[in-house]
Amino acid sequence: MQRIGVFVCWCGSNIAATVDVDAVAQAVKTEPGVAFSTNYQYMCSEGGQAIIRNAIAEHKLTGIVVCACSPRMHEATFRKTAATAGLNPYMVEIANIREQCSWIHKDREKATVKAIILSRAAVAKLNLDSPLTAGETPVTKRALVIGGGIAGIQTALDIADAGYEVDIVEKTPTIGGKMAMLDKTFPTLDCSACILTPKMVDAAAHEKITLYTYSEVEKVSGFVGNFTVDIRKRARSVDADRCTGCGDCMEKCPSKKSKSEFNQGLSNRSAIYIPFAQAIPNVPVIDREACIKFQTGKCGVCQKICSAKAVDYEQQDEIMTRRYGAIVAATGFKTINLGRFEEFQYAQSPDVITSLEFERLCNAAGPTKGKVMRLSNHETPKTVVFVQCVGSRSTVECGKTYCSKICCMYTAKHAMLLKEKYPETEVYVFYIDVRTPGKGFDEFYRRAAEEYGVRYVKGMVGKVAEENGRLRVQASDLIADKQLVIEADMVVLAAAIEPDPSARNLATLLTASMDTNDFFTEAHPKLRPVESPTAGVYLSGVCQGPKDIPDTVSQAGAAAAKVIGLLAKDKLVGNPCVAGCNEPLCNGCSACELVCPYGAITYEEKTVMDHGVREQRRVASVNEALCQGCGACTVTCPSGAMDLKGFTNLQIMAEVDAICR
Amino acid sequence: MEFSYFPGCTLKTKARDLDETARLAAEALGVTLRELPEWQCCGAVYPMSREEIAVRLSSVRALMAARDEGRPLLTLCSACHHVMKRVNHDMQTDEGLRTKANNYLQPDKPYAGETRVVHYLEMLRDEVGFGEVARKVTSPFKGVKIAAYYGCMLLRPSAVMRFDNPENPSVMEDFISAIGAAPVRFPYRNECCGGYVALDDRGAARKASRRVTRAAAQHGAEALITACPLCLYNLKENGGGEVPVHYFTEFLAAALGLKTLEGGLARAS
Repeated sequence: MQRIGVFVCWCGSNIAATVDVDAVAQAVKTEPGVAFSTNYQYMCSEGGQAIIRNAIAEHKLTGIVVCACSPRMHEATFRKTAATAGLNPYMVEIANIREQCSWIHKDREKATVKAIILSRAAVAKLNLDSPLTAGETPVTKRALVIGGGIAGIQTALDIADAGYEVDIVEKTPTIGGKMAMLDKTFPTLDCSACILTPKMVDAAAHEKITLYTYSEVEKVSGFVGNFTVDIRKRARSVDADRCTGCGDCMEKCPSKKSKSEFNQGLSNRSAIYIPFAQAIPNVPVIDREACIKFQTGKCGVCQKICSAKAVDYEQQDEIMTRRYGAIVAATGFKTINLGRFEEFQYAQSPDVITSLEFERLCNAAGPTKGKVMRLSNHETPKTVVFVQCVGSRSTVECGKTYCSKICCMYTAKHAMLLKEKYPETEVYVFYIDVRTPGKGFDEFYRRAAEEYGVRYVKGMVGKVAEENGRLRVQASDLIADKQLVIEADMVVLAAAIEPDPSARNLATLLTASMDTNDFFTEAHPKLRPVESPTAGVYLSGVCQGPKDIPDTVSQAGAAAAKVIGLLAKDKLVGNPCVAGCNEPLCNGCSACELVCPYGAITYEEKTVMDHGVREQRRVASVNEALCQGCGACTVTCPSGAMDLKGFTNLQIMAEVDAICR
Repeated sequence: MEFSYFPGCTLKTKARDLDETARLAAEALGVTLRELPEWQCCGAVYPMSREEIAVRLSSVRALMAARDEGRPLLTLCSACHHVMKRVNHDMQTDEGLRTKANNYLQPDKPYAGETRVVHYLEMLRDEVGFGEVARKVTSPFKGVKIAAYYGCMLLRPSAVMRFDNPENPSVMEDFISAIGAAPVRFPYRNECCGGYVALDDRGAARKASRRVTRAAAQHGAEALITACPLCLYNLKENGGGEVPVHYFTEFLAAALGLKTLEGGLARAS
């Protein structure tokens, strides 16, 4: 028989305002096994924990039930408390009377009844608990960073500087990401390439960092400390070891009609190409869809002229299997497709462009060598209208409900850059709100509005139409309460940003959760912002939510710190709540093996005693190091042979009985 | 395929062409239109006041009659369609209005928005299918550039009308393709024609209509099509005559070989 202590927490007024905590403590006193019960203002505080420790000693308790917040919040805290008082930490049960009771109910009487029911269910479960001991697993001291933009680069550099090996897997032919496409950065207007390319070089040169560009993660198995990952290195068709990066092949390539991804399709590139001059690695890749040799078999010019004999048409994709202790997702973002925002005529008019396209037009290495021009006639625009929140903070189906966070600032930057280059230009910015909560941000915006004379108009653009070679912009000015019509030469749309489409597949591979917008979810939105709820998986950059470069770099460093903390350990304490097979009941059907997401179940031939009869049988066997205790096998097993330690079938039934009593 | 049909007042007077060609084409496409007996005005303008009940009642009568006939209700005039669909939506979602309307009309069986309101274009798209329309076309308008003018009332408010994407609609362009012609997309195809303002301030209506016809002409349209008698009036009378304007059903009937297009097409070439 257990001797159980029940500790009911007020959580200040969080629980006590809705649940009569004293009534709960009194009611459970009569439950079987309960030797002691009490309530206290904050059980998790030092005072509360002391009450628990003293009660364990004084009443010789064999287990405790804490009626408080979600076990996700403080289960670990109370297990530690129990352990310091000499109890097995798994002899602790949490009754969640906050998130699942006081926070969601208003009627104090009914909520109190529910809290009592939840508490007695926990007592019923604890009566069947037995002490568990966690095993240990070693940690592979190597990290994988997925995505080679500024987020991935910074995370990798920070981990590598702490002395651990890091691999960066980047799906495009070069690292650098979106930041490499930017001309200037806010709020200091320094050149993006000048601050990014040294970091790219550092990452490539770092002895602890290995780059896998033009590569993708294909399969992930294992668990925190011991991931096994298959990486597909796509065939570049160029031998990176031989290539000298001379660029002759790109010059001579006769297929030059492919849209340059780096220049947002505003210029063309050859089929064999290096995305941009500072690309790392500085090794071309053949776009096989565009290559004449691959499409028709006739050409081969690049191979003929390559003096280093680096061009290799036979090169195949290569799958590498590597092991990691930690994985960081840094998959970044893209701008949303504006094809469905027809009111802005983006798909119809060449003079309606996105902000990222504008960025390329401003850039000295861009398609126009830094000249801002109308793409329809190559003239310098005299009137430019910037439209913010295109698809952000939107309630229409093709838009996003969230704020993309970066647009207010980069639009102010664009307006200033334009005024700086062409002071005579008339510049309008249409906004819903101007949001400038970063350091030096509001000063930056005010400079645009006050010193540069950019005309900020609160209101949205309703229609853009091409008329007589110009753009007729219809908009409303909400402060003056009037309709405006502006004859503009160029319209720049601050398109909402969304997670890179590759993130969805990656989330499945990592069993990491996502929100409805496909941003990775963090383990706790405030207290664990760089960790995914999946142990060993960390988040860096926009894949977790919209953010600018300063925020991205901070978060990248934070993710690196978490990874370093993990890799610094030699061993990880495992989870003792693992599945086990009751062999006499197992009929060898394989149902559990099929549902196990961790590949932890195998089958073996065993001699089994069944009702006194010795039999040779095929039975399930659980690898406890791989099992994560998800319980899928226990609910699948048709004969009830699979059981989960700490959550046995008997315990679950006891809880149900206690609730239904 | 059978529908209860609500033609509306204008289709019996000024817009006879719309009614006549629509009926001819429907028959040829195997769609039976059963005109509601003793139908009354749709209410003409959806009331801006949420309290207003009298204007809604006339729509409710037609909607209820279709429910009692056990058929979806087909409309053609954009204004009728707009009022019918919105009043039906009110009857589905606004308990106060529903109670008031039923108390007033005292029907045998209270009405709660059971009828499905279908526009002729929706019928072509969702019930017949544009593929089927294309197969039945005998005199395709090969190479003719036609611009679709949607106006406002079919598309907005989009959450209630659920007709097509309000900023980037495609049903009329798909229709134009189905009759073998070339659709012309132009920026003002879903902007206001001037509407009833024409009665009060002709100058304003002229400005709005001209913007539409001019943009269509600039984009090379040889004809403009619409589903709405009021739009047709404005584009014709106030649009400056830059592009000939027709009901879409006139083109449909002509493509199916049922009735030649009134006035023909003045080909630019």
